[in-house]
Amino acid sequence: MDQQAIFLSFRLAGITTLILLGISIPLGYWLAYGRARWKPLVEAAVALPLVLPPTVLGFYLLVLMGPRTALGRTVSVVLGHPLAFSFAGLLTGSVIFSLPFAVQPMTSGFRSIDREILEAAQLLSAQPARILLRVLLPLVRPFLLTAAVLAFTHTVGEFGVVLMIGGGIPGVTKTLSISIYDQVQDFAYAQANHTALLLLGVSFLALLVIYGRGSRAHV
Amino acid sequence: MSKAMTLDKMDKRDGPALGATTEYLQAAVEHTLGNLSLRVAFVLSAPWTVLWGPSGAGKTSLLRVLGGLTRPERGRVLLQGRTLLETASGAWVPPAERAIGFVTQRPTLFPHMDVTANVAFGLAGLSRGSIAQRVGQMLALFHAAHLARRSPGDLSGGEMQRVALARALAPEPRMLLLDEPFTGLDADLKLSILEPLTAWLAQRNIPALYVSHDIAEAFQTAPDVIVMDRGQIQAHGPAHVVLASRREQLLRQLGEG
Repeated sequence: MDQQAIFLSFRLAGITTLILLGISIPLGYWLAYGRARWKPLVEAAVALPLVLPPTVLGFYLLVLMGPRTALGRTVSVVLGHPLAFSFAGLLTGSVIFSLPFAVQPMTSGFRSIDREILEAAQLLSAQPARILLRVLLPLVRPFLLTAAVLAFTHTVGEFGVVLMIGGGIPGVTKTLSISIYDQVQDFAYAQANHTALLLLGVSFLALLVIYGRGSRAHV
Repeated sequence: MSKAMTLDKMDKRDGPALGATTEYLQAAVEHTLGNLSLRVAFVLSAPWTVLWGPSGAGKTSLLRVLGGLTRPERGRVLLQGRTLLETASGAWVPPAERAIGFVTQRPTLFPHMDVTANVAFGLAGLSRGSIAQRVGQMLALFHAAHLARRSPGDLSGGEMQRVALARALAPEPRMLLLDEPFTGLDADLKLSILEPLTAWLAQRNIPALYVSHDIAEAFQTAPDVIVMDRGQIQAHGPAHVVLASRREQLLRQLGEG
């Protein structure tokens, strides 16, 4: 089995998940409670990766990261190398691609909290951080777990985006799913089978964690 | 300001001694919410005032404005001389800084904290020892000391409301808003909560505004009454005066039924 690819995939998924949790807590909170008129615009943009072919997303990210755009040129000056075909580029693509899988559970989580509970907290504490840490986050904990597991597994399983913006460079951007594709191209079915089984097992276990907790949480 | 208010002020000659009228709360609020157009202006100078009126009269909406949970289109609220809200100048004090206790009809205890943690939630800034002491006192006051380690999910409706009261009063607010917190509790239970509550408030001179649509309740607690209907104040004064005609009307209706 491709050890490098395993390590790369799990590192990518781990960091992506952490970044996504950092984004999805404030974004989910705002989507649940915010009152801005342009909220549907943000909701639609966040959900876009769900319906878009990954190659479309990958294509635009590639163009955006490349030397053709001011953003791409700026980033490559700052990083010292172009974002495309690098781990940082993969990370950027993964965060965008898995965004809805983390944000949507968090939004549902915040929406599930009784408005009056939130108001009771606001009447008793003037510190928003304290309300978030002591009341809101404990109440959305099952949703936080769902968001983390979905973001992680979805990142491990992505193919189109990583291929487009990563190019499948061994050790740098060649993730597990690309490794399987290459193995099949080389008729190395036994190897492909091992890699595929690993992904299948990880995904199933992750979902088991979500549903196992879910059934307990509803008691 | 409204006619009801000026009339009310004239009725207040038998108020506190030395000629000094205690004005606990002054409020003028204009706010439209769906079908309801809230237009009220009043001064609270009695320590216990019942806000009485049919469902949909705007009682809860008014309480929410006072507590800071709703920002009205126009309004001015002063609690013991301190401006909590003034839309003209843009002044607005957030709910937790108003020092107002608020107990709603449906208990809103934090489901993931035990009773002690719930009551302690509003006590940030005190030392651990004082928090424990205050929580103990408040629970004892409402005969809920034995519930300290219980989870809100295991409490009965009456127990939940006693804990909610303990939680609202633990930070020693300057005013208490009660939005029909005893709906669905039997009369004995209600009395066993009301007695220590009114005594505790009187001791500290903390005024309460108590929402009710139950005319018997309005008479029982012998307070000042504000009668509200369709977003407006119809009358404000002692219960036996402002509710007399409604009481007769109610008795007549009962006779017909």
